[in-house]
Amino acid sequence: MATAATTHSHDHGHGHDDHHDLGFWQKYIFSQDHKVIGIQYGITGLAFLFLGFCLMMIMRWQLANPGVPVPFIGPALQKLFPAIFSSDPNNHPGMLTADGYNILGAMHGTIMVFFGVVPVAVAAFGNYVMPLQVGAPDMAFPKLNMASYWTFFVSCVIMLSSFFVAGGPAKSGWTSYPPLSVISDSGPNVHPFFNGQTIWLLGMVFNITGSLLGSINTIATCIQLRAPGMTWMRLPFFCWTQLVTAFLLLLAFPPLEAAGFMQLMDRAFGTSFFIPTGLMVGGHLTHWSGGGSPLLWQHLFWFLAHPEVYVLILPAIGMVGEIIANNTRKPLYGYKAMVGAIFVLGFLSFVVWAHHMYMTGMGAKVSGFFQTTTVMISIPSVILVTALLLSLWGGSIRFTTPMLFATTFLPMFGIGGLTGIPLAFNSTDLYLHDTYYVIGHFHYVVAPGTIFAIFAGVYYWYPKACGRMMNDVLGRIHFWFSIIFINGIFFPMFLQGIAGVHRRWYDGGLTYDPIIKPVLHWNNFMSVSAFLLGATQLIFIFNFFYSIFRGRRVPNDNPWDATTLEWDTPTPPGHGNFTKPITVYRGPYEYSVPGADKDFTPQSEPPKSDKPAAASTPALAH
Amino acid sequence: MEIPHTVTPRPDTGLYNAKLAIWLFLASEVMLFGGLFSAYVFLRMGADDGYWPHGLLDVPVGTLNTILLIISSVCVVLAWASLKMRRWRQYQLFLGSAVALGTVFLVIKLSYEWNDKFHHFGTFIKKEKWSQYDQYLGNDYLAKKGLAPRPEITGHLHEVEVKVAPEKKAQLETLIKDRGLEISKSEEDGKALSIKVKGPSDAEALRNEPGVTIEAFEMALDEMYANPTDPKYDRPGFWKRHLSEKVATIKAEDVDSWSAFVPKHSSFLAIYYAITGLHGLHILGGLVMFVYFLFFDRALYLRNPEHMANRIEVVGLYWHFVDLVWIFVFPVFYLL
Repeated sequence: MATAATTHSHDHGHGHDDHHDLGFWQKYIFSQDHKVIGIQYGITGLAFLFLGFCLMMIMRWQLANPGVPVPFIGPALQKLFPAIFSSDPNNHPGMLTADGYNILGAMHGTIMVFFGVVPVAVAAFGNYVMPLQVGAPDMAFPKLNMASYWTFFVSCVIMLSSFFVAGGPAKSGWTSYPPLSVISDSGPNVHPFFNGQTIWLLGMVFNITGSLLGSINTIATCIQLRAPGMTWMRLPFFCWTQLVTAFLLLLAFPPLEAAGFMQLMDRAFGTSFFIPTGLMVGGHLTHWSGGGSPLLWQHLFWFLAHPEVYVLILPAIGMVGEIIANNTRKPLYGYKAMVGAIFVLGFLSFVVWAHHMYMTGMGAKVSGFFQTTTVMISIPSVILVTALLLSLWGGSIRFTTPMLFATTFLPMFGIGGLTGIPLAFNSTDLYLHDTYYVIGHFHYVVAPGTIFAIFAGVYYWYPKACGRMMNDVLGRIHFWFSIIFINGIFFPMFLQGIAGVHRRWYDGGLTYDPIIKPVLHWNNFMSVSAFLLGATQLIFIFNFFYSIFRGRRVPNDNPWDATTLEWDTPTPPGHGNFTKPITVYRGPYEYSVPGADKDFTPQSEPPKSDKPAAASTPALAH
Repeated sequence: MEIPHTVTPRPDTGLYNAKLAIWLFLASEVMLFGGLFSAYVFLRMGADDGYWPHGLLDVPVGTLNTILLIISSVCVVLAWASLKMRRWRQYQLFLGSAVALGTVFLVIKLSYEWNDKFHHFGTFIKKEKWSQYDQYLGNDYLAKKGLAPRPEITGHLHEVEVKVAPEKKAQLETLIKDRGLEISKSEEDGKALSIKVKGPSDAEALRNEPGVTIEAFEMALDEMYANPTDPKYDRPGFWKRHLSEKVATIKAEDVDSWSAFVPKHSSFLAIYYAITGLHGLHILGGLVMFVYFLFFDRALYLRNPEHMANRIEVVGLYWHFVDLVWIFVFPVFYLL
């Protein structure tokens, strides 16, 4: 039954008729097809990941060689971005300024989180894979889906445009803490509205709106468009993670949107939501009505930004789960416990936000509360990682390229998670706060964690989207170099952080040399690792485009011998996805079932005993 | 390709897609307005004694607007019921009434309530100068009764006294001419120049003019400040308070901050404009959708009346939510 689905690519079903008359623009640009939109999100997001990485490489150059102009491209950079670069004392152009360092830091964070990882991990894979896995013909609201991508696209254009305004882009960190963010980018030389910080806020408002529309669509699709027989406990784990993630986006993002409006009002209309009474700037009293609270911003910001951490990690865990089940040829260990764990995780993520604010003097009681909830949230996290780890036990593991990335996710996420525990405790956090230890901690979660899961996902679902496999040798080279260099960047951060290196020293700590001398030499090592990691990604980029045209053609519609529904579609799936009515008869991971013909049984394969009865296709209820 | 459950409910959830989606959307809206209302709580809790105004807004007008919105919500339900019974004319009548009521709400909000605020003027007096202005503030009296002090004098701005650097005189004259202002008392031997202004926006223009320093404000007082020790002003009242005949001169050097009743005036007005502004945008969005369904969606009704009824049900849920937000706005800003 499953192998019979191999030759569907030329067999145009009923669903294909209506897309013949779509022109180029409607088919590829303003498309309402969830798969095209998913790919649009993916390519935009990957481009932003690369841009964010480039910003970081310039910062790492500065940290390793403080005050030395950027080699080769320095003069060109200074011409393009006079707000970020200036000439060094010997008049060589291309030296990163202190303000410029802040700009790159703020934009690196913003771009990586809101324009890179979320669009790829949530929007791209959520759009492309999730509807296929639940057996839906498309997302529940195709037009809304298109609207969310284009809202996101507008936010990208707005955010990028801030690089070209007088004064440069936002420079108050990705957290945009007031009062600094409210008073920055003001004065005689910058435009009262079209300046870095205001554009940042505007871009975020659009970005959030796009996310909200997308999350509604995801939830509605996951709940309403499940194919007949796709009961909740037959839902692939990846869909569960997308569902919980969408709820996090839906409920956590609006308070930041509200905060964004308020900061926009502070900047554009002179209100003082976040400005305390009697604020002095440069020795002068500022002209604000006062009465506001900088802490209010921090609360609203972290009310989003902590759930956002789980938005970054949950889809990654989902992808890793799919890939591990497929490549160990056995069901996920503790599927139900994992589903329960992500719900608990999702709920708890809403009540831990103020652990980012221990330093603000909220008081011992409030800190105590958030310390408790934060320690509690490690329980579901450990359930997830343990279940994935135990899934490897006794499996006949195929070390394919996606599996290499997926298994590596486990120890990397483990390091990221475990190093977070000292930060959860008030007393240790007071010391570690704002040091490189924190940077190391969350980058382990997001970079070799989520981004490796994204790579795993790209290698895994690429054949479905393109009809060709990515080159395996290049994939393995990409993997091994990436895993070495990424640890070369982030592991020394723990050493530096424990020694007390602050995250915002733009000269790499040179000024504080006597105190932190023993760890200062790591700067060079980390920067070299970063450049080599950047070079390694060129292999991936080459592989990605090369394989579209020259990759090995998939042998059939299900090259990985997987069980979930996305492999029941033609390759690549046409508009409308499935060429036959889909009914689900079993759970998502029926691998190596004793007594079965093959070592995998697709979800759509009817049980043997009542095969004749099931052949009559049940009609989809409309 | 056809998406399942766009019109008929899915049996196990009992919902059609759009109905689930609007509930999700409303959940996110709850969080959006929740963020703003929590900002209200935060700002109000952090406000110094007397700095959170009471009775600033016009309660009868707010009550009227509340009633308008509630009736419009009822109209939307009736419009939906009419569609369910396939009575197009009746549907048009009810939805049309909802549009009219929503429009009246917006007109009252913008052209009366907001506009009135834009022309109102207030000066926050420096704490150490309160005693000088006690005839307007009445803080000694309030302190004796154990009531919160009044830090601000409000009313309508009539005249502004300014000093101007000699080399900027010409520029000032152009500004006066451009804005159609009048000089009531010209400058003589070092004394300030008095300019009759039409409203606070003229004063803002003078503030932003280089070389010009504002020396004093002459304003017609709100009745509370004309007679601050009258016990009837101890508590915020229900009816709108009017301007008195009394005029006061307030020296700019005694003032912490001054402005019209615009967002930057105070935290109260900032959050008031933020929430009512966002709420107004939601009303506007609802009206746009109503007008579309009223005049441009007949074709759908003829093709699939149930789908049309679903649309009204969904937009109706949204409208009830917007109504509900107002039910929170009204007591929080007008009454508390």
